Amino acid sequence: MTEAMGSVETTITLNGAEVTGYAPADTTLLRWLREQAHAYEVKEGCNEGTCGTCTVLVDGRAATGCTTLAVQVAGSEVETSVSLSDGDELSPLQACFWESGAAQCGFCTQGMLMSAVELLRSGEEVTPATVREHLHGNLCRCTGYQAIVDAVVRAAEEGATR
Amino acid sequence: MTETVRDQVRRPTRVVNTSVLRNDAREKLLGRTRYAGDFDVAGQLHARLVRSPVPSARIVAKDASAALAIPGVVAVLFGEDVPNNEIPTNTAGIKGRPLPPSWVLATDRVRYHGEPVALVVAANPRALAAGEAAVEVEYDLLPVVSDPERALEPDGPEVHEGGNLLSQWEIDRGDVDAAFADADVVVEGRYEAQVVDHAYLEPETGVGWLDDEGVINIRVSTQEIEHYRRIAHVVGLSDSKVRVQSPYLGGGFGGKEDMTVEPYIALAVQRTGRPVKMTWTRQESLTARAKRHPVRMSYRTAATADGQLLAHDIEVVSDAGAYPLLSGFVLLYITLNAAGPYRCDNVRVRSRAAYTNNTPGSAFRGFGGMQPVLGYEAQIDKVADATGQDRVEIRKRNAFTAGDRIPAGQRIETAVWLPQCIDAVLERIGPRPEPSSPDHRVGLGLACNVQPYGRVAWMNDSASAWVGCERNGDVVVRCGVPDVGGGQVSSLAQIAAEVLHVPMEKVTVHFGDSARTPLAGRTTATRQLYMSGNAVLAAARALRAQLVEGVGRGSGHATAALTLAEGGVITPDGVVPLAEVVMMCLANGVAINAMETYFAPTAPPVAQRVDAERIVPDFTFGAHAAYVEVDTRTGEVRPLRYVAAHDVGRAINPASVRGQIEGAVVQGIGYALSERIVYDEGVNLTGAFYQYAIPTAADCPEIEAVVLESGEGVGPFNARGIGEPPIGPCAATLASAVEDAVGARPTTLPMLAERVRSCIDEGTRS
Repeated sequence: MTEAMGSVETTITLNGAEVTGYAPADTTLLRWLREQAHAYEVKEGCNEGTCGTCTVLVDGRAATGCTTLAVQVAGSEVETSVSLSDGDELSPLQACFWESGAAQCGFCTQGMLMSAVELLRSGEEVTPATVREHLHGNLCRCTGYQAIVDAVVRAAEEGATR
Repeated sequence: MTETVRDQVRRPTRVVNTSVLRNDAREKLLGRTRYAGDFDVAGQLHARLVRSPVPSARIVAKDASAALAIPGVVAVLFGEDVPNNEIPTNTAGIKGRPLPPSWVLATDRVRYHGEPVALVVAANPRALAAGEAAVEVEYDLLPVVSDPERALEPDGPEVHEGGNLLSQWEIDRGDVDAAFADADVVVEGRYEAQVVDHAYLEPETGVGWLDDEGVINIRVSTQEIEHYRRIAHVVGLSDSKVRVQSPYLGGGFGGKEDMTVEPYIALAVQRTGRPVKMTWTRQESLTARAKRHPVRMSYRTAATADGQLLAHDIEVVSDAGAYPLLSGFVLLYITLNAAGPYRCDNVRVRSRAAYTNNTPGSAFRGFGGMQPVLGYEAQIDKVADATGQDRVEIRKRNAFTAGDRIPAGQRIETAVWLPQCIDAVLERIGPRPEPSSPDHRVGLGLACNVQPYGRVAWMNDSASAWVGCERNGDVVVRCGVPDVGGGQVSSLAQIAAEVLHVPMEKVTVHFGDSARTPLAGRTTATRQLYMSGNAVLAAARALRAQLVEGVGRGSGHATAALTLAEGGVITPDGVVPLAEVVMMCLANGVAINAMETYFAPTAPPVAQRVDAERIVPDFTFGAHAAYVEVDTRTGEVRPLRYVAAHDVGRAINPASVRGQIEGAVVQGIGYALSERIVYDEGVNLTGAFYQYAIPTAADCPEIEAVVLESGEGVGPFNARGIGEPPIGPCAATLASAVEDAVGARPTTLPMLAERVRSCIDEGTRS
């Protein structure tokens, strides 16, 4: 395709604030968030739905931004990891990640946090086994997952939901 | 240089040797870290490569006219347009035979699937994609050689003129034939390991621009900012006209040691005068970026009746793929580690690396120290079984001790805590879990390894660091390290904080900038803490002496009566806070900064025969143990629990060390069980991430990392390097556990279910 497709106006509630962007209808939510909303915390690792680095919450459910079109989620609430912290203050889950050494290179971290938040808010029992199962769509190549699992279990023990 | 920090080991430390929270992790958790791909420059263009769809062909025609006619396409470059299209090879080959270069863009011949052929630059990603598709390249197919042993046959299709033998190394220690003749026991084995991909989660990316001094700036995800020299060569500029910055990386593991996007960004910036961004897709990265070398290894091992190793006779063939890159050095590491962490006076190794039309092989965590673990650990188990010895005791008995020579000749100068590592993992592995069904079997595996840290001695390695004080007493470190995610920068802050008696939060590290931070070399070879850590330690100590000197001059006290401690310089009159110390220094002509360079020990290069007093700076030793469960119906292997112990001399940050070990174990589990790049006659079939089976959290067992501290190592505070070593033993550990479970040992990686299943069948038959 040599001509840019006609742009579509899309409005999303991003981390509590309405954002309107104009992009071709085939623009993925991942690209839209980065290019239209400058949400650079959402990372592109594979663009095929395998690695989970672009995981965000859409109306509370975890979704990979690269396999979701922005127009599909028009009018939805989208949460990225920056919604978790309070200004410069880490959220309880982020603090557990820091204290456990769960972020090394940090590239998987944003997506990992959002999948973990989905679990913490689900009301399901949080054990090392359920954490491993719930995070299986988020690849990490640095930590071996142990510190991440420890962090999520600890956050659950503290009653954290963010 | 001989100034020993051994005394300090016994001295308590405040910051070093504690699990301080990494100073980079907060920003990463807040989502604020600007990785290379998160940085745009106003008005930037986008660049993309046209890559060869075939593994071996002559290029007969190239035409960019259709691409250039597309609105938004700004430029198309072929190899002929590159000022210096040859990238000189920097690896060890065969004496007297020059190694072929790599090409920025192939001009008349392609040698592997995905080799870059043209560079397209466009105003936006859509025009870029259209432009890439419209570049016309006509190929005339040539024979393909995809198997290294076939490549080495006299009539193997030539990948490069002059034959397909890239590199060969030999070890001839003692009298191997006599030792075999006298041996009570001889065991043999063949082992094979596959091609794997680094698969860091951040694909190769960067952005470049011209600055006001006419310098091409490139902010890029790289393990080596000092590629600026190679980049300058490519675009025909002098070295000082290219600047490379590496922000925090989203992983490297060796895959960002060679250049990736850098020369193309520089070319596009030079051609257009505009800022240019280039990001490789995951699929491009999987298809065409350099991989880990696959190997075929055959071992014959001789021993006495009571299990003492007498001799090894080892042959290795490695597939280097289409271009040399770092293959000669990787093969050297395979060679010098081929006999493992055990004393053996008679060793013959013959190793060869061959060109094929597969993806080039190059650096990957472990760097040739990894592949042979599969072989030497299986062999020592075979010797144990053949002599009726215990698999644990035989390792302890044969383990190197300090003062021993490795088969390549170098004497081990620091402690060898292999027995301690073995004891630690066996103590911690716990009781054998019950199998989950009558069709499942549980097995316990054990394996050890040795891995050098630091670069080979004839690289004449050095690292520089600058440490200074701000007027408010803050400490600033400037050191050109790329931080690949392992906490490289945070460790330097710890060292400066320790020596200068300030809290971590008072230290800021400027890093990874070839123009504005002192050069510290690449973050590879498990060298960064060792090299840059020593440089920062030396600079911080020099600064500490200067601060005391400044107070001495300002106060009239003898410097012997003064010490730098928490809060400032302690004088007989009281404490002078650091901010005042700085002013006293400046008032008395004493500098408030210091730069030091740490030099690794050097030695002349070894030629084909590896026998030298000095090859690498030092070694790290470790042991792993694991329980696995094997489904005897399907052959599926599931790790249940994993314990890994390494002697790190002294841990600068024990939590970071554990993180390195745990992460390496999972990367090693992937290597052992599931990861592989598959070729069909040179065509890389693994072009999508879902096809490449990295272990997920659900696939992984609980991992316990045990950090042992012998107090001996050549890094700062007697630290040893730990980035690469813990990936080594994983495959051998799991193979040994499978053998314990089902009575037959897989010898080919990855240990896919069908392979393990046929292994069980063979075991049952025998």
